Amino acid sequence: MLRHVDVAVLRDCVSRLLVECNYTIPADVLQALRDAAAREESPLGRRTLEQLVRNYEVAAAERLPVCQDSGLAVVMLDVGQDVHWTGGSLQEAIYEGIREGTRSGYLRWSVTGDPTRLLKTAGGDTPGVIHVDIVPGTDVRLTVASKGFGAENMSALKMFVPADGVAAIKEFVLETVDRAGANACPPIIVGVGVGGTFETAALLAKKAVLRPIDVRHSRTDLRGLEGELLEAVNRLGIGAQGLGGLVTALAVNIEVFPTHIAGLPVAVNLGCHSMRRMSAVL
Amino acid sequence: MTGVIQLDCRGGVKDADLGRLRAGDSVELTGRVISFRDASAARLARALEKGEPLPLPLENQILYAVGPSPPKPGQVIGSAGPTTTARMARYLPALFKAGVRAVIGKGELHGEDMTHFVEHGAVYLAAIGGLGALLAKQITAAEVVAYEDLGPEALYTLELQTFPSVVIIDREGQNFHETARARWRVERPTRT
Repeated sequence: MLRHVDVAVLRDCVSRLLVECNYTIPADVLQALRDAAAREESPLGRRTLEQLVRNYEVAAAERLPVCQDSGLAVVMLDVGQDVHWTGGSLQEAIYEGIREGTRSGYLRWSVTGDPTRLLKTAGGDTPGVIHVDIVPGTDVRLTVASKGFGAENMSALKMFVPADGVAAIKEFVLETVDRAGANACPPIIVGVGVGGTFETAALLAKKAVLRPIDVRHSRTDLRGLEGELLEAVNRLGIGAQGLGGLVTALAVNIEVFPTHIAGLPVAVNLGCHSMRRMSAVL
Repeated sequence: MTGVIQLDCRGGVKDADLGRLRAGDSVELTGRVISFRDASAARLARALEKGEPLPLPLENQILYAVGPSPPKPGQVIGSAGPTTTARMARYLPALFKAGVRAVIGKGELHGEDMTHFVEHGAVYLAAIGGLGALLAKQITAAEVVAYEDLGPEALYTLELQTFPSVVIIDREGQNFHETARARWRVERPTRT
């Protein structure tokens, strides 16, 4: 049966999630930071982790953006195929939700209209990135994330070949985190996307970095790889904010998708500890 | 970890005070700093290159890499943590020549980017990235002095009060990110 959903409902939901995710980081991430502070042996690393926990407690209590970089908004939609949108443009409703959330939440407008900067007068009329998956049913699930660019800038993608194998995935993840160092605002969350085409790998990595960090992959072998990579990353010594220590990452999340018999695309999307993500079902 | 050093930069930072700082020291700054970011640093560097007058003097000043979020009613400034310094590194030599003595930011600087600091006797301090809500409470005044059209990238003067940071690059050329990482790195084979 067809379900009619007014785009205004989605607009308001996007706006609310954008504001709330900038004031309150997810419970799984906050808990991981508390655990990290308890086990960190480096004094500067521990002090930094304790200050971050305090920042998140104060931001939530006083309703302040946890970070001045309220990021580039990323809206991920799982839309039931039996949903019919009414009341206007779906895309414009999402954009309007982002604009309204940015305004009402006192978030920083961090979008430049022209990435080449050739157009000197280009404003940020397109305020975010939208990804849509069509799924069975009549539900609409959405996740709104504010992606800070300290970590986004240190992300990487590489097209390996089958002979490179899992060893190449491991090496590439470690190389990317090591190169990012303090710039990605550790402790970080590492999203790894493997498979599909060039762009699939990047999108998988984004989905991986946005997956709750207390959820491991359903496949036993990949769960093992996530654990092994997390240990390896934490042996790099980078520590919180690159000040040295045992905690460089809070989690490594992997997502996979079938690929061509000639290929092994691997993308690594880094997320800072200020993980701004919030989900809802319409 | 030793105690926290108080750095008084009211009326400009003093040469002797910067000279005493060592990589890894925890420092609290009190006094005025000037914000800079991608667009404002580029504009300052361009003005210097063309020999145009600067919107404010940079002699003995400290730059802070920050683009604050808008203040809520009653706030002096919105969230105001550091941004990645490396993005502005190419502009720093010109800014050092114009009198900048220290930079507060976040993230790593290596190679040539670090050499510029050492050559000009400048010090690099890192504040904690993602500490925006708390760091805003250490800023007692904020004023846009130039480049207002750049929005969050406008040039602000910021009055800091015991603003926390860690010395990353000192005048002896030590880089704390490098030594800390080497000290805590664990070399052992991956467990299988």
